[in-house]
Amino acid sequence: METFIHQVVAGIAAGGVYASLALALVMIYQSTHHINFAQGEIAMFATYMAWTLINAGVSYWLAFVCTILLSFSLGVLIQRIIIRPVENAPVLNIVVVFIGLLVILNSIAGVTMVLLLLLYSFFKFTPLGLAMRAAAQNPDSSRLVGIRVGWMLALGWGLAAAIGSVAGMMIAPVVFLEPNMMSGVLLYAFAAALVGGIDSPGGAVLGGFIVGILENILGAYVIGTELKLSVALVLIIVVLTIKPAGLFGKVIVSRV
Amino acid sequence: MSRMLLEVKDLFAGYGATEVLHGLSMQIEEGSITTLLGANGAGKTTTLRALSKMIKVRGQILFDGKAIEGKATEDIVRLGVAHVPDGRGTFGSLSTEENLQLGSYTRKDKHEVALDQEKMYSYFPRLKERRNQQAGTLSGGEQQMLAIARALMLRPRLLLLDEPSFGLAPLIVREIFDIMQTINQRDKVTILLVEQNAAMALDLANYAYLLETGKLVLSGLSKDLKQDEAVRRSYLGH
Repeated sequence: METFIHQVVAGIAAGGVYASLALALVMIYQSTHHINFAQGEIAMFATYMAWTLINAGVSYWLAFVCTILLSFSLGVLIQRIIIRPVENAPVLNIVVVFIGLLVILNSIAGVTMVLLLLLYSFFKFTPLGLAMRAAAQNPDSSRLVGIRVGWMLALGWGLAAAIGSVAGMMIAPVVFLEPNMMSGVLLYAFAAALVGGIDSPGGAVLGGFIVGILENILGAYVIGTELKLSVALVLIIVVLTIKPAGLFGKVIVSRV
Repeated sequence: MSRMLLEVKDLFAGYGATEVLHGLSMQIEEGSITTLLGANGAGKTTTLRALSKMIKVRGQILFDGKAIEGKATEDIVRLGVAHVPDGRGTFGSLSTEENLQLGSYTRKDKHEVALDQEKMYSYFPRLKERRNQQAGTLSGGEQQMLAIARALMLRPRLLLLDEPSFGLAPLIVREIFDIMQTINQRDKVTILLVEQNAAMALDLANYAYLLETGKLVLSGLSKDLKQDEAVRRSYLGH
């Protein structure tokens, strides 16, 4: 029994990391309707930035904040320099400053639900949040109401990178930091985002915890630690087959 | 002579290598309703898209005396040009009310915005009933009303309307045309209307332009165009 509880707790710890990376994925998806498969690498890079800063004698929390800010800039730059030239796809939207804040606070104090509420409120009730959702859905119409679609996209990337950097820094103490680590985490995060619904920030967080706990319990009692990663793959397949919109995803209805 | 709100001189525009407008010139008087008629493919929608710079243009577009042909869509909107595109362009996954809020995205006068929203619900009571409903689930007529209401939330000086009657039942079309008249007279919004339904458009409008394959072939008071032999034969069917 004690082992079981230990596995659940470990699952929750890992789940928090998956949740924040899943949030980053949802963020990019909300703002661009694309999945960013480089999210793990961005988080990895950010973690190394933090590590370098700490090694250079910077205090942990200062390094934490600097890393988030640097990651945000990195995300914006990536979008402006790399993504934008090849973009003429549907673009944009998002509100993610609050998500970033939410995750940061979450990792500090564990007040996930409060932060989630903030994030939800940001998308739901602020003009910027609404504009970001609008831009993702219909760039042309968004321009016709005066929304600067291109910058909304850059903002979305910046916020996602910031959130991803939080995930990287959270996972460093939980698991060992090594270069391929994030690709596994990204897979769990991707499964988490799908389980919750790729357009639902709240679903992504819950999905993160579900995946974290499942992974640990199945790994301990059923399939062994070597096959843990397949839990994520199986979950992805099951969700896509049975409920593609995820637990909380919105099924878009449209008349034609 | 009243002043011109919009003046277009020698406008060329198209899609990629395909040029659709070949040197279009037109004027829209402030406070008027002007209709742009023409067959499918004549370039009516392209004209509207060119005016709000959704496509690249050559030539001159003066809005309120100032050149806007070099501006981006988002900035033309800020000058007070609202565009209801073909296909309506509603945000299907957002609610009716959120669509209206987006219409006033560039405005800072929150109190006035709230009043305008109530005004839209008085123009279109059915939108009020559906205020929390996902816009994609509205009927075609309701979506058209929503598209017009969203455009009006900008408090535009010029409203560009692309075939508001398209695919709608005659009763709904009547309702929408009545609202256009109200908007023009009570709210002093200048309207440029692209329409397939030439008879109704000519009844509503003060001025009319006739477009054929990217060039204007006829212009004048709409009551005169209604009497024109060629217009009657080709567009009014009698």
